[in-house]
Parts: sequence; C-alpha cells; structure tokens
Amino acid sequence: MIEVASTTVDIARWQFATTSIYHFLFVPLTLGLAPLVAVMQTLWYRTHDDAWLRLTRFFGTLLLINFAIGVATGLVQEFQFGMNWSVYSNFVGGVFGAPLAIEGLAAFMLDATFLGLWIFGWNQMSARLHLAMIWIAALATWLSAYLILVANSWMQHPVGYKLVDGKAQLTSVGALLSNGFAIKAWLHVILAGLIFGSTVMLGVSCWQFLRGRNVELFRRAAKVALIVAVPATLIQLSVGNRFGEAVTSAQGMKIAASEAQWNTCQPCGFSLFQIGGFSAQHPNPTVSITIPKLLSWMATGSFNGKVQGLNQLQAQEQEKYGPGNYMPHVELMYWSMRVMAILGVVMFLIAAVGAWLYRKQKLERARWFLWTALVAIAFPYIAATAGWILTEMGRQPWIVQNLLKTSQAVSPSVSTATVATSLGVFVLLYATLGVVDFLLMRRYARLDPPQVGEGGGLGAAAGVAESAPAVGYGAG
Amino acid sequence: MSLETLWFWLIGVLWSGYFVLEGFDFGVGMLLPVLPRSERERSMMFESIGPVWDGNEVWLVVAAGATFAAFPAWYATMFSGFYIALLLILVLLIVRVVSFEWREKRDAPRWRTIWMWANTIGSVGAPLLWGIALANLVHGVPLNSSHGFSGDFFDLFSAYTVIAGLAVVALFALHGATYLTVRTVGDFRERAAAIARRLSIPAAILGIGNVAWTVAVAHNRNSRGVLPTTIPAALTAIVLILAVGLTHTRRGGWAFTATALAAIGFVATIFTGLYPRVLVSNPTFANSLTISNAASGHYALKVITIVAAIFTPLLLLYQSWTYYVFRKRLGGEQVATPVAMVRSDSGGSASS
Repeated sequence: MIEVASTTVDIARWQFATTSIYHFLFVPLTLGLAPLVAVMQTLWYRTHDDAWLRLTRFFGTLLLINFAIGVATGLVQEFQFGMNWSVYSNFVGGVFGAPLAIEGLAAFMLDATFLGLWIFGWNQMSARLHLAMIWIAALATWLSAYLILVANSWMQHPVGYKLVDGKAQLTSVGALLSNGFAIKAWLHVILAGLIFGSTVMLGVSCWQFLRGRNVELFRRAAKVALIVAVPATLIQLSVGNRFGEAVTSAQGMKIAASEAQWNTCQPCGFSLFQIGGFSAQHPNPTVSITIPKLLSWMATGSFNGKVQGLNQLQAQEQEKYGPGNYMPHVELMYWSMRVMAILGVVMFLIAAVGAWLYRKQKLERARWFLWTALVAIAFPYIAATAGWILTEMGRQPWIVQNLLKTSQAVSPSVSTATVATSLGVFVLLYATLGVVDFLLMRRYARLDPPQVGEGGGLGAAAGVAESAPAVGYGAG
Repeated sequence: MSLETLWFWLIGVLWSGYFVLEGFDFGVGMLLPVLPRSERERSMMFESIGPVWDGNEVWLVVAAGATFAAFPAWYATMFSGFYIALLLILVLLIVRVVSFEWREKRDAPRWRTIWMWANTIGSVGAPLLWGIALANLVHGVPLNSSHGFSGDFFDLFSAYTVIAGLAVVALFALHGATYLTVRTVGDFRERAAAIARRLSIPAAILGIGNVAWTVAVAHNRNSRGVLPTTIPAALTAIVLILAVGLTHTRRGGWAFTATALAAIGFVATIFTGLYPRVLVSNPTFANSLTISNAASGHYALKVITIVAAIFTPLLLLYQSWTYYVFRKRLGGEQVATPVAMVRSDSGGSASS
C-alpha cells in the first residue's frame, strides 16, 4: 500500500510523520488531564475532603510522566522545519513563524514555569495560590494548542498573506488568528484532549475496580471522568462534522479522497464500509454499505449538497497548477476517516453506558464494562493518529495548500543519507522512550494513591508512600 | 532603529537569557558525578534546578521561534546547515529532559545512576555544541549565492569554534557551581564553593581566550572596525577575572552574578561581531546572510514586536517570582529528610 521510501523527500516525510504522530500521543493527554487534575484539586480545596487530594496527586503523577515526553519531543518539531524543510521554512517563515514564536513566548513559557511551580510548590505557598498554578498551566496548554493549530491551519487554508519575491508575507494577523479552519481545528483538538484525559482516567479507575482496590476513592474519579467524557464525546461528533465542512470548502480533494468519491455526486451517500474502489481504474467497490444522503449533510450541512469527485477536482487542479497528480492516497484516507469516525462513536457509546452503570450503582461490579473501559484507553490514541494522517496526508501533494508542493520543500543541502540517519536515530530513541514511559505509567497507574497523613497533609508520592512521613500542608 | 535591527538584538537577548538560565542548570548537571557524596545530596542537586529548568529551556524554544518568525532565511540556512550538530543537541536534550522526571520515579540505584548520567552527558554535550554553533555564526560556514548551506558537518569544526564550545562548557560548570553555593547551605555548600574556586581559573582562561579570538575573527570578517566587538569582549574578560577573585574570597552571590554576566558576555561578543550579518559566509564573504536579506516582511515584524512588548515583561515578572518562591536554601534541616522527600512530586521541602 505504501511505497518504500527511496528519496530524501520520502524519508523527510517519514521522519515528520513519525515524530509528529509520536509527539501528539502525549500532547492531548496533557491537554485533557491538566484541567481534570485542576478540577480535582479545586474539589479538594472547596470540600477539604482528602480523597480529592489523593486523586489529585495520583493523576498528577501520571500527568507529569506524560508531560516530560511531550516537552522533549516538542523541541524536535520546532527544529525539524528548518533542518529537513529549509525551502518550506524560508517560504512560510514570514507568516508561519509568528504564531510559533508567540506560542513559545506567551503560552509554552507560561506552561513550563507554572507547572514547575505546581510540582514543587506544594509546601511553598498558600493552598489557594497553589491551586491557581495548575489552572494557569492548564489554560496555557490550551492557548499553546490554539497557536500551534493557527500555524498548522495556515498550511491547510492559507489566509492573511501575500506573496513577495516568491515568499509568503503576513498582511493580516487578524485573518491569521481568526482563520475559521484554525478555530474549528482547535475545538476538535481540545475535545480530543478532554476525551484522552477522561478515557485514561476512566480506564485507570476501572483497572483499580478490577483489582478490587480503592473502590470508594476511584468511584469518585470515575464520576468526574464520566461527567467529562459523555458530553465531550457527544459534542466531538458534531464538532468533527463541522470541521469536515471547513475542510470541504478549503480542501475538496481531502474530503473526496477520504470518501473514495471518484465522481461528483448530489446528493451523496456516506460509505460505511467498502471493498475495492480505491483506484481510478477501478472506481466501483465490489462490496459497499452506504447510508443515503449522509455524506452531503456531513460535507455541506445540507442533505442535498453537492460533493465534488476526485476526477473532476483532478481536472480542475491540472488546469490551475499544471500537469501532475493532485490526489492524495485514496485508500489510506478512506480508512483513516473510518477509523476516526467509528472510534468517535464507540467512545461515546462507552461513556454513555458507563454513565448509565454509574447511575445504577453497578459500575464497579460490571466486569465486562471494566475490561472494555481498560481496553478503550487505546481508542483516543488510535483515533487521533488517524485524524492527523487524514489531515496531513490528505493535503498532499501540497505542503502549503495550493502554494507550495511537498516535493519542492526539502532542504537542498541535506543528503539522503543524513536524513535517513536522523530518521533512524529518532525511531530508536522514541521507541526506547515509549517503552520506558509505558512501563512507568503502568507502574504508577497500578499503585495505591498516596495516603493522607497527619493534619491533612500527604505523604510522598505513590511508590514510596510507606517509607515517607507525612508532609504538613500549611493551609491543610 | 529598524525592526530588523531590533529583532537581531532581541534574538541576542533570548540567547543570553538561555545561556544565563539553562547555563547554571547545565552546570549543576555536569557536577552530578563529582560533587555529591550521597544519593540524598544528588537528589538535592536535582531539586535545586527541578522547579526551574523547564522554564529555562523555553528561552531556547523562543529564541529559535523568534529566528523563524523574524529571519526565516537565517533559521532555514542555520538549521539545515548545522544539521548533525542540531540532531545531536536534540538527542542530548531529550534524554536530559526525561531524566528529570524519570530518575525519581524508581528507587533502584542502577535506574537512578542511568538517569543521572543521562543528565550529565546532556549537560556537557548540549552546551559544547551550542558554543560551537554560535561561534560558527561569526566564523562563517560555506554558503552559496542563494544563501543556502554548501558545506558539511566537519566545516563546523575549527580551532576557534571548538575552543568556543569548550569555553562555554567550562563557564557553565563554573556557573552551576556558583549557583549551588547560593542555593545550598552547610557542608555541601563548602564543597560547591571549593569546586567553583578550582573551576574559575580554567574557565577564565578559556573564556578570555575565546572572546579575544572572537574579536579577531569578527575583525577579519567585518569592515566596521574592531571597537564594537572589543567592548563586550573586554567586559567579559573583566567579569571572568572578577569571578576568579570572588570565588576565592567566598562571595557566593557576587560570584554567581559574575558568571551570569560572563554568559551574557559570550553571546554579546558574538552578536556584536556579527551585526549587521546574521550568518557569515566563509570563504565567499559576499554570500553572507544579513539582517536585511534574511528578514520577514515589515508587518510580521511589527506584530511580533507588539506581542513581545506585552509578554516579555510579564514573563520576566513571573519567572523572577518563581526564583523568589524557591529561594530557600537546600541542605539545612533537610539533611535528616528521607530521600523520598526531595522527589519532585512530593513537594520538595521537609515538614516545617
């Protein structure tokens, strides 16, 4: 299905795909778990109920293990534009660089500093001020996501620029920041983050139920997770849909490819599943299950909307941009879309069933559900990966939609061997980090939450709780 | 002053901030294998930089981001040209970043030793390569007529650039030692001060040699005369000599100030030597990248200037506050504290 990489462009793309997907395994969990931890700490601050403090510390530890890799791999993202894609960097820097620089200065700096204050500040400031630290850090991660998505959305749907001497120059920061594509992408990613956070929290709680440990405590965590998961998964179905509309108007080819829609249709059915039909020579699937009119509604907002086909778009693009293949990889796009959408629905169903079981007070005894929720931890990871494959590969052959082709964007001074070495280094390093991170997360997710000591304080974090005396908390 | 000029100096300020701040946490990392006498002291060293290293490293993220936004051609040529060096830096920094969070997550001695060394190797390697990379901006690398890099990895190494890298490593080791003398008390502080004394002379010799050489290199590359580069170079030499005196007379706070100023001096000497160029082409001098041929459009520069004017004072305020919050010296009563108590997620200080 995927050709073996043989040129610098291919290897550089493999590196970008590998490192970005990897980076985004850690980012959304931070986006979702940080506010969830903040909520639990707020509940503790309000009620003085130590159970919330124990949960805050327990999930806070998972958040920090995860955050470390997010930070480490984020640096690679910032450097690799210049390293592997110098023509691209030179072309887009005048527009794309600004949100990136602002992200560092305004959001990441805030995030890194205040998370440090939160981690080490437990005994150094009032409980109220300490609570503010986690909230500032959580909001900073959301601001950070917005600015990064402003940059990415400019590649999908360039706005607020002009071309001067073959380079993009910013002409309107308002247009750049209010790019509808960016705002929808941001909502989509923030909801994904909340789904990550709540799914992991629910899955870990269910794991503790399965082991029969700390049931009372984790029932509360499960409740918080479900209160977030049910609306987040439901709203995501609708936001994902609206986002699809934005894609339709900016990147018709991406939608046509993700539906394997070879010819223009009106109204168009949504294909749930098909075998064959993924090449221009054989555009008709041998087996297919289709819901009438649904694609029209998803792509245009009207049940009778028109969706352009790959063949028609290809002809239009050739007329505008000269000869060439303007179609992304149809089969990969089709299945990425299916995986993402189907898992989106499945995650909603799991959350809804979980909420129903919780209300019936059967959650911790429904073993089939506990196992399901534990396995479901993997679902947001798979769905997010599919989503980024769709977003980035669906834009091909363009690196900046309709302005610059990926094949023309790599660094001319960097040899194939150098990029290949670098890809090999990152794959090895990231694989090692991934294994260690997974083992650490599992270790800490299995532990009993730290005990509350004398005077409302907490012992050292999980793991060595039994060997450490209680830490007195000033305001506790 | 044009916006191009302003951003050239602002990027210099960002690099200076990075060198001053991450400089001492690199230095503490370098001293991990030599200074502590117990695992508890080693944890205390980690704790001395635990709350701040991440905020320090963001200065690098912002420096790179600002270069991308203000001078895309500089960012594109420098990052693709210094490829292998940057790849190594990334690996070193990544391993070091996770060492902070992961080391304390298990008590097994082997595990802790592995991550201590990961931190130390990153703390030596990254500043060595950054020193070499920044020195190459003024020393020059082969660029073609479209300002693209046309050399290879080994073009980055010359006697001058390697000395610059070593000077940065020595300076940061000293800077880390003086930091520890202001952040700790008792016996540990005495040993940190002793190491600072021993490090001060080689750091001063390398540092003075380096800035003098930068003046010579800049003079050769630049037709503006020798004076602008001589001033920061001379000031750097003075603070390095002061650092020797201050470490020997046990004035910890002033010694730390002197090493911080020397870190700024290293960057300032290179940037004054560069201006108005951003990346010198060597040997074809005419192909150099300058603040005018590398810059973004005026409007984009105006936007990021406004953003910087709002957020830079804010970030200086809250980062200073962080240092104020964690001002309490370590190693006093906490000697009686179990190792577990200085874990990052346990809150840091002992019950008090």
